[in-house]
Amino acid sequence: MKAISIENISKKYILSHKKKKYQNLKESVSGFLGELFTSKDEEETKEVFWALQNVSFDIEQGDRIGIVGSNGAGKSTLLKILSRITEPTSGQVNVNGRMASLLEVGTGFHPDLTGRENIFLNGAILGMKQQEIKRQFDEIVSFAGIEKFLDTPVKRYSSGMYVRLGFAIAAHLEPEILIVDEVLAVGDSEFQKKCLGKMKDVSSSGRTILFVSHNSTAIQGLCNKAAFLQKGSLIKYGEVGEVLHDYMTSISKFQLQQNWETPDNAPGNDQVRIKNIEVIPEFVNGSKNIDVRTPLKINIEFWNMLESAHLNLSIFLYNMTGECVFNVGSQAKTFSKGLIKGMLEIPANFLNDGSYYISAMIVKDTADPIYFMEDAISFDVADWREGTNWYGKWPGAVRPINIPVKTWKVDGLI
Amino acid sequence: MERNEVVIKAGKSALNYWREVWRQRELFLILGKRDVMVRYKQTVLGVAWGVIRPLMTAMVMVFAFGKIAKLEQDSSIPYMLVVIPGVIIWLFFSQSLSQISNSIVGNGNLVSKVYFPRIIIPFSSLLVGLLDAMIAFVMFIVFCIYYNFVPGWQIFLAPIFLILAYLAAFGSGLFASVLNVKYRDIAQIIPFVVQFGYFISPVAYSSERVKNEWWYPIYNLNPVAGAIDGMRWCLLGDFAEFNWTSFIPMLIFVTISVLFSIWFFRKNENSFVDHL
Repeated sequence: MKAISIENISKKYILSHKKKKYQNLKESVSGFLGELFTSKDEEETKEVFWALQNVSFDIEQGDRIGIVGSNGAGKSTLLKILSRITEPTSGQVNVNGRMASLLEVGTGFHPDLTGRENIFLNGAILGMKQQEIKRQFDEIVSFAGIEKFLDTPVKRYSSGMYVRLGFAIAAHLEPEILIVDEVLAVGDSEFQKKCLGKMKDVSSSGRTILFVSHNSTAIQGLCNKAAFLQKGSLIKYGEVGEVLHDYMTSISKFQLQQNWETPDNAPGNDQVRIKNIEVIPEFVNGSKNIDVRTPLKINIEFWNMLESAHLNLSIFLYNMTGECVFNVGSQAKTFSKGLIKGMLEIPANFLNDGSYYISAMIVKDTADPIYFMEDAISFDVADWREGTNWYGKWPGAVRPINIPVKTWKVDGLI
Repeated sequence: MERNEVVIKAGKSALNYWREVWRQRELFLILGKRDVMVRYKQTVLGVAWGVIRPLMTAMVMVFAFGKIAKLEQDSSIPYMLVVIPGVIIWLFFSQSLSQISNSIVGNGNLVSKVYFPRIIIPFSSLLVGLLDAMIAFVMFIVFCIYYNFVPGWQIFLAPIFLILAYLAAFGSGLFASVLNVKYRDIAQIIPFVVQFGYFISPVAYSSERVKNEWWYPIYNLNPVAGAIDGMRWCLLGDFAEFNWTSFIPMLIFVTISVLFSIWFFRKNENSFVDHL
């Protein structure tokens, strides 16, 4: 049965651009007076902006849909339309079942009211009956872990307590359809874990979930289907893995290879010039993007224009923040003029997920760098994990799963 | 289990709007209760402010109009008793008007994050004013005892005029609240209206005094005049006659403004969030 059917939804916004007209007080006073007596619209230009354009798809009951897309793709607009906060310019949505949307935690909290009062206020705003809230009150309080601060105004709460209380209330809603937006972007990792755990519970009880997040690991772990939006249009809707793959490739600005045909325009100097530098992933199990399981091969070819030079090749791997994860080099060898090839293999289950950049350095006589090619290529390692309910960011620069931690029992006493 | 199917599309986003309002009546109470609770948080005097405000207003009125303008000379009963009904209605009206007209913008965080029939928000601002009016009523009774004045049976009709005053505030405030979403000029106008409204309504003087002026019919276009006249009749009985010439225009104003504002509100409520 269809829980939600979306037919040709479009949403239009009119943007008006005003030029910055006045630079100082004198100009703004005279400009303002002038404006009073003339038509105001002269310096205003209007632009039509389609936040969503002809989006249609159906959501079956019990589906868990992840909505992905870069900023400004229309995800939030779609959620706002579905949760009836704003209406579509055209098109129609049919919703079947009691729906609750959670676009923010702690909506409508009043800073001056106590935690207790806010539980009732927020619950009512989210559509719970007072009876329901009373019944679940103790559970909400213990889920949020704010027993001690129940009668403190929420303005004195730490931001963590505030968010926890907000989520605790929302988590005890019992809708048939739940719409969640980026809630997991806030709070510490322990809280995120709790949120995801709760959402898993909700989804396993056969309710429909719509979930927008930038955390593709969470979407992968939680959803069975995904919708990929780009610039207001639906690009792909279907099985979560495929959609995420399309989404990842569309956002990756990564360059797996740089190649030059002749030494004339290749980067370098009169001693060495780079011909080719590339990353070759060896995909496993039919996966289409690089993830933590994928072994990588890095190939570098360069032209050596020196007669019998004593050269070695040094490769640097940086992470997104610019820290060097490792630097490895080849043995120095004497080469005559010609094309020289180097190769480095990064094993599977070694790098953590994240974005990486590779720089290459060619060194003469083991001490004299003759050419350094910075950020030559880059690639993105996606996350992949199994056998865990934890979807937060895995810490660490590397993730060498093959270095195991062993545990065994030493003694029978407790 | 109740089945509820909702159709979302441009224009009307809900088929059974009023049924939904009814279903969410708890929210109405909760929002009203919130405003009441928040009102005197972190004040030393707390609810006492509910007494101080009308009392001070009435005292200043008695001083300015009764003593300085010497209006009390024509009054056969203590001037305080003449002023209080006016103050009750005026404070209730002006407070409701400011609250309602600011209700959508003031609750912008709710409007932009959760769905419920928006009309509940302006509606719920009734409760705060009602509480204050109740306190002011008690104050009136205290003064009655002090002056040995016995109100007539009409006092039981007083709630009707409170409701009428509220509806007058609701009609104009609701319209203003919609405009305020797009044009914040309204937020500038309302305090101003509240300020000079004192003088063009019979708050501190009886409308008997202006009855014979040629501009009296225009004066009566102000719905508060009708509500105050009515309230005065309720509380003072024989000392203030029932005034049909202000009552009828008020009824017309209330009916038209409330119906029109609700229509206008419904027409615009689904696009509030785009302008907030």
